[in-house]
Formats: sequence, C-alpha cells, structure tokens
Amino acid sequence: MRNDGNPRTKQTTPKHMREQEYVRKTATGTEGLDEITSGGIPTGRNTLVCGGPGSGKTLFAMKYLLCGALEFTEPGLCISFEENAEELAQNMASLGYDLVALEKKKMLVIDHVQIARHEFEETGEYDLSGLFVRIEHGIRSIGAKRLVLDTVEVLFTGLPNEAIVRSELRRLFRWLKEQGVTTIITAETGARGTLTRYGLEEYVADCVILLDHRVTEQVSTRRLRVVKYRGSAHGTNEYPFLLDQSGLSVVPITSVGLTHQASTDRVSSGVPGLDRMLGGKGFFRNSSILISGTAGTGKSSFAAHFANAAAERGERCLYFAFEESPSQILRNMRSVGLDLEPWLDRGVLRIDASRPTSTGLEGHLARIHREVVVFKPLIVVVDPITNLVSVGEALAVKSMLTRLIDFLKINNITAMFTNLTIKGMVEETAVGISSLMDAWILLREMEILIRDVSSSAPERQRAIHLLKSRGMAHSRKMEPFEITDEGIHMLNLNDHTTSATNAVGARGMRRKAR
Amino acid sequence: MNKGKKSPKPGARVSNRSPRPANNQKSMEWELRLYVAGNTPNSIAAFSNLQQICEKHMGGRYRIEIIDLFENPQLARGDQIIAVPTLVRRLPTPIKKIIGDLSNIERVLVGLDLKPARSFAATR
Repeated sequence: MRNDGNPRTKQTTPKHMREQEYVRKTATGTEGLDEITSGGIPTGRNTLVCGGPGSGKTLFAMKYLLCGALEFTEPGLCISFEENAEELAQNMASLGYDLVALEKKKMLVIDHVQIARHEFEETGEYDLSGLFVRIEHGIRSIGAKRLVLDTVEVLFTGLPNEAIVRSELRRLFRWLKEQGVTTIITAETGARGTLTRYGLEEYVADCVILLDHRVTEQVSTRRLRVVKYRGSAHGTNEYPFLLDQSGLSVVPITSVGLTHQASTDRVSSGVPGLDRMLGGKGFFRNSSILISGTAGTGKSSFAAHFANAAAERGERCLYFAFEESPSQILRNMRSVGLDLEPWLDRGVLRIDASRPTSTGLEGHLARIHREVVVFKPLIVVVDPITNLVSVGEALAVKSMLTRLIDFLKINNITAMFTNLTIKGMVEETAVGISSLMDAWILLREMEILIRDVSSSAPERQRAIHLLKSRGMAHSRKMEPFEITDEGIHMLNLNDHTTSATNAVGARGMRRKAR
Repeated sequence: MNKGKKSPKPGARVSNRSPRPANNQKSMEWELRLYVAGNTPNSIAAFSNLQQICEKHMGGRYRIEIIDLFENPQLARGDQIIAVPTLVRRLPTPIKKIIGDLSNIERVLVGLDLKPARSFAATR
C-alpha cells in the first residue's frame, strides 16, 4: 500500500522504462519554461509546482490553463481551494484575461472548493470521493484536458484526519493519471528547505517545478528551477523569471540562441581602421560584440563611434550607460571629436543611464527589454556590462547577458558591450562572457619605444586586437591606435600586409613591448 | 398521497428509505441530506447509523435525502462536498456538516446540536 503511489517502484519494470523514452509534453504558456523542458510538462501526468507565498504559483497555474484554452483549444478545469472564481477572475483580469468569457465558451471551469474546518464534525470513517466526483464531473462537463489543483494542501488544514488526507491524496494523484488530463498541483514550500510543507513531492513524482522568490541585499529576484522531470532531459539551472503584466516569463539561456537568423549584412564599426581589420566591411549585422580593455583604453570611445556611425546611417541606436550620465557622455565624446547631441535631438540616439545597483539583474533585463521594445533600435550599446557584476554574481550576470543577447539577436539588433578588465588577466576576466559574443575586441595599453629615435622615453601606446570574429576572415594583428580630438585614429591604415606577416608583426610588436 | 414527503428536487435522484416516514406530525423539523458515493461499507454504515439516531432523537419528524454523487455529481458543488459520507443538516438552520460513517454517535449528536458540546466534553 505504501508504495502504491510511488512511481519509483514502477521504474524497475522494463515497460515503464520504455514509456519514459517517449514522454509527450504539454505547453505551459509560461514563456521560456517550455524551452527549458523541451516542450512543457509531461502530458497525462501530474506536475507539482511549489513555491513560497507570493512566488506566483497560482498565476503559473492559471497561465497554464489559459494557454490551453486560448492556444490549443484544450479546455481546462481549475479546482481552487483558496480563491473563489470571482477573485480569480479579478486577478486575471488585471493581466488582461477574461475568465468569465472563457467559462461561457466552455473552455474553462473554476470549481471553488471551500473547506472550513469548524464546519466539520468528524464521526467515523470517510474518504474524499466527493472531491474525486467533483473533479471527474468538471472534467467531463467540458472535456477538460488540463487540470489545476490550487492549493491542494488546504485539505490538510481543513480536514481533521491527516492520515486519511494523505492516503486519499495518494489515491487521487494515481487516479488523475488515469483520467487523461495533464495536471498541475501547487503546493507551498516547507519551512526547512523541504519542497512542500506536507511532503507532496513524494506522491507527485513525475515533474517538480520550484518557484523561488528571494531577496538578496535588498534586491529581489525570482527564480524557477525544474527540480525533477521523469523521462525527460531538462535544464537544471535556476532560471530567473519575471512576473509582470504579461504573466510569468522565464528567460532561459538557450531559449532563442540557436534559432535566430544569421545575417550576412555588414555594419560599420564607425572606425575605418577597425572595419578594415574586420575584412574591410565591419561587423555582421545582428551580431554581438564585446570590447574588453583595462581602464582608459578607449572602450567607451569605440562604443560612441559605433553609435555615431549608426546615427549617421539613420539607424536608431539605444545606448545603455551604467557608469556615466548622458551629459557626461556627450561632453567626453565631444572631446574626441564626436558630437552626439544632434542625434539625441533628432531622436535617432537615446541614452538610457542608470546605476547598476538601482535594481537587480532581472530588473535591468526587464528595463532593457522594455526600452528596446519601445524605441525599436537597430543598434544597442551597453557600456559597461562589468558594472552589472556589482549586483549579481558572475554566473547570474552571464545568464542575464545570454538572455539579453538572445533577445537582441532575435530582434535583429546589433549589440556592442564594453567590459572593463583587470590588468594582467584581460582574457581571463572576460572568458565567461566572451563565448556569448560573435566578435571580441581587446584594447590594450603597452609601453613601447616610439619610432622617434631622438626620444628614448617610453610611451604608452594603445593597441587593438581582434581576438575573434565569427564567420569572417579577420586580421590577427595587433594594431596600434590613437585617440585624438578628431576621434579614434588607427595608425597603420595604409599597411596592407598579409596575415602571415601580420602574425610576425604582432609578435615583433609584443617583443618590442617588453 | 405522499404522506408529508416533499417531492424530490428536480435532477436529484432522491431515495427516502426511511422505514417509517413521518405520518402524523404537523411539519418536518429536521431536513437531512446524506451524501454518499456508491454503495460502500461507509455509506451503508452511515445510513444505518443515521436511521438509528433519527428514530431515537427526532421522533419521526425528519426527512432523509440520500444523494449518491456517482449518480448526481453536479450536486457535490452546491453543498461543498469533498468527503463522503457527509451528512448535511439543512434544517433547522444553520447548516451543519458532519463527515464520516456516523459511528461515533456522541459526536453526531453534538454535530446536530442534539446534545450540547459542553456536556459531551464533560462526560468524557
């Protein structure tokens, strides 16, 4: 009896193993989750969604039903133990969904199960067949394919006999699997790090999704994790998710990264010498570009040239500044011969400045997302991404950037990111994020003896090095440049050497640098 | 003549198997509904326990409606039934719910207000 509801005991049978290889999936309507789980939750099985108060469990569950009703014409039944139909309708109306209309169309049934302990006098043996009957009736009445039990744990507080509730829930979950519905069961997380307060995860073992809402250093972040998924591979990371007007959206790292269209169009970097290094034509449109360098190597200047060139072509450019205010950027760029102000006035350039610490990473992602949607730029500059590290740990920053890059790519936006690196470990500090980038430019500063023989005083020489540029033949040479009051000037613009001699030249240069 | 037995609600299959329906009293004082799901040992026990209690304490001034949720699942919603058997005291008001097979007579009497809860506690 004890093991009846535990699929673990079944797992040893070969038949069950075979079934597991072909788990069908049901889309959840939560953006991104379906990608993490390659398709959604297991069809015809029970999925447990657990989380603390306010973690978005009910919203998650309702989105699941709405997704079925609106996108797949799969009717859904909601057995709500907490909120009544009116309250649910109101809550979802604030997100723009009309539950009442869906109920009229027989695409949705909400059955509010009210349990008040004081009403009950317990006088002997009983079971929960009444609940079974209600669920079955609800399913039959509209031919429901999707079922939500939110939050079934109320039974534990509502009914006096926990042993009966336990054995009945076990029976219920097993029975649900025979009903041909795909079920989401929500539950509250327990106090001591347990997934659910009453150990429901022991009975609902097919798929467990954990919603987490935590506040670290006053910054709140919501995270989602697929704890368990029988018979299916799934992303095991914690994925931050957003809870906003459109409901829940998980932005998974791999969501769109491999589906965007690769462009063969080129877009100028705004610096002719750099364009020449990039096969003479510049970056690929729709690519992501990282500019790394130690302090004062001219990262922002390159970014400003890129933005300026975009504006000159009449392409909208959105510049996210995490270090300087817009007027500071304007002043500094004027000093290198770039007047960005007219572009601002004409509305082709927009500078969005904010402190990295103003909000959590998810907040930044959400804000960038919103600004991009509103402004519809072709070029986006983020200067610098390094500062975001101050609000999140490296992994979180990488994950946020991945999702940002995916989002930008799918919107055909060419994005440039600058990255402050620590001297001596330039490549190491950027190695985490550089893999996300299509082009990686390194700006270096080195002491060299300049050609003027009369002066032997060493001088700092800036040099640019293209570490990589995917999909194009590019210069491997380290090219010196200067930042003048007329902009960035590449010193050997007229040097047309072959790549072989370039390599030798670069080595020679390094030798010279020592 | 239906001998004081009110006609069953439309849609609800009502079976009044009370052996001696009230035949001489002015009006029904007790209106009870027993929700069951199929012919299970719990259902049978609940019904026979209920009959005994009614005979002993209500002197024939009662009416028992038995609702089998397997036959009328839509009725579970109205009285918010999840557990079966559930006895609902519809009259006299307020509505009371008693779950279980009614084998604990003392508790049933408390639940039906036939015995004050305090004296019940005192007797223990």
